Amino acid sequence: MIQDLLIALIVLTNFTLVATSRIDKAIQVAVIQGILLGVLPLAMGLGHHWHILLMVVAAVAVKGWLIPFLFRRALHAVKMHREMDPTIGYTASLILCALGTGLSLLLASSLPMAPGAGTRMIVPASLSTLLTGFLLLVSRRKALTQVVGYLVLENGIYLFGLLILEDMPMLVETGILLDLFVGIFVMGIVINHISNEFDSTDTRFLAELKD
Amino acid sequence: MAFLLIALPLLAALLAILVPSPVWRARLLPITGTAHLGLLLIALRGWSTLPPDAWLGLDALGGWVLLVISLLFSLCAWYAPAYLELRPERPNRTFVASFLAFLGLASLVAAARHPGLVWVGMETMTLATAPLVYFNRNRRSIEATWKYLIIGSVGIALALLGTLFIAYGAHLGGLREPLSFIRLGQEAHHLSRPWLRAGFVLCLVGYGTKMGLAPMHTWKPDVYGESPGVISALLAGGATACAFLALLRVCAVVAAAGDLAFARELLVGMGLLSMAWAMVFMVRQADIRRLLAYSSVEHMGILVFGIGVGGIGARFALFHLAANALVKGVLFMSVGNIHRSYASHQLPHVTGAIRRTPVSGWLFLVGFLAIAGAPPFAPFISEFHIAAAALGRPSLWVGAAFLALLGGIFMAMSDTVLQVVFGHPSHRRTRTPYHDTFATTAPMVGALLLAAAMGLWLPAGADAMLRSAASLVEGRP
Repeated sequence: MIQDLLIALIVLTNFTLVATSRIDKAIQVAVIQGILLGVLPLAMGLGHHWHILLMVVAAVAVKGWLIPFLFRRALHAVKMHREMDPTIGYTASLILCALGTGLSLLLASSLPMAPGAGTRMIVPASLSTLLTGFLLLVSRRKALTQVVGYLVLENGIYLFGLLILEDMPMLVETGILLDLFVGIFVMGIVINHISNEFDSTDTRFLAELKD
Repeated sequence: MAFLLIALPLLAALLAILVPSPVWRARLLPITGTAHLGLLLIALRGWSTLPPDAWLGLDALGGWVLLVISLLFSLCAWYAPAYLELRPERPNRTFVASFLAFLGLASLVAAARHPGLVWVGMETMTLATAPLVYFNRNRRSIEATWKYLIIGSVGIALALLGTLFIAYGAHLGGLREPLSFIRLGQEAHHLSRPWLRAGFVLCLVGYGTKMGLAPMHTWKPDVYGESPGVISALLAGGATACAFLALLRVCAVVAAAGDLAFARELLVGMGLLSMAWAMVFMVRQADIRRLLAYSSVEHMGILVFGIGVGGIGARFALFHLAANALVKGVLFMSVGNIHRSYASHQLPHVTGAIRRTPVSGWLFLVGFLAIAGAPPFAPFISEFHIAAAALGRPSLWVGAAFLALLGGIFMAMSDTVLQVVFGHPSHRRTRTPYHDTFATTAPMVGALLLAAAMGLWLPAGADAMLRSAASLVEGRP
């Protein structure tokens, strides 16, 4: 029950993400989504494995504390708060996000699932989050919002990973979390250089290289 | 042994951060490269005896790919100190450390026996090589770095989803982790077919992005165009080889599950599309480095095409990995020299290279002929055998299309290359102090000689390894 509620909340955060024009708010929502994802294994009743408990703590720490810290630092450096004129408008983004969620439900229903209804909603929610991340990546022009899109995309993949959380070797899981953190760290550094070089983090300036 | 191969370059990278002298830091590159190659040659004696539950270990496939990467790395590493000497104004600490870290992570990808570990290695490699692309610290290189990071990371994320799909397919089939590639291969028929297929498609798109297969190649011309020549050489032959290996591992699982025909169709289609796409952008390409980047897209297409054709085609696709890495290394580094000499890499500024930088000019010309498939160089052998295997298929059009594309690309490329090499040197040229020296040309001469030797004769040990690797890819361990 709580599990379905959490998954529904995660899908709701997707809609909030594509509709918001303020970058700091988008970051907050993505962080909330990450924390919801982090605690989801507990709601799924997997809390009795010590290694899963450890992963829950690690995931919440990375997604709820370290990554927001990196974002705050980047935001402070670039002094910019609003996503101006995205390639795809906010209303259109909402409609696309809804379409994507519908498509995810359709896709997921055509794939075989393990018996037991408890995990039925995970696949469509994960695909929907993935598509939301894609939408943010291609439709937003500020480098920082694109990183938010990447984070949301990774959140979607993490949600799918919960299906096999009990099985996954800890080495691999830790590696994935670490790479996410380092990835966003490196992107933050590059954003800093972009804003120093161009006095803006608008990726429209990054269009010098073409055939 | 595999652990040592991973740890050695990473420790050297750490050392590079600590060493205060830029000259000695640069010298770490050839030292580490040669030591790694030597260690690898010793380690490869044991490729046929690998315990099935190991997390790390080199089998024939991983061993071959790492051999290619280590060879290319050594050549680049012997060239790099001379290059860094030409750029005294740029601090080289991050450059050397990232350069060395690349080798350690490539060894991790090659030796990893678990799909998750392969993924972690690939993603870390993308992050570790980003500073190399940003070496020049100008607007153009920052744009290239941003594209490299974002497109690469998104591609790799899709490969992670594909890996998880396959793991869930195994979960449905009642298999328990940890699932090494060996166990996945042995019990592949238990895997849920729809999840396996979906996982393969995602891995093809994801690792295909890192390889630079069309239409996910868009980062490639920008990144190879803006990074130093030696870095483009390393990325075009080394980083792409790792992504190719990751894809082949998944391909082997699909093949072991009895679904090889499905994978082959996709690979052949993807290969031909990449070659055709590259050809279109090579016609009248004024930027020689972008020209080489599209040539790299083409050769990635040839690799997956060869695997898709299967049989002899698959074996020679693996051979082509080495051929392409060596010759691409020569091309990118010689163009790097020409770029140093002209302070430009675009027509009409760069003409008559054979007069201004005779050695680099000749190397560029011979490298072009080699990559286009002129005997006796190695690419001729692989392209010939892949074409022969493709023509042996029941329908002739696939082989015919392959040959037509090879011919078209040769013509498109030769137009630009001949102007660069033989044209009249422009009068209004920028004067630069660069001239060819032993250190900036000898590694390339060595690579070309090696490519020629490989085209004429393959040692029995390498041949046995290639055969074993090709049968691994086709699901017959």
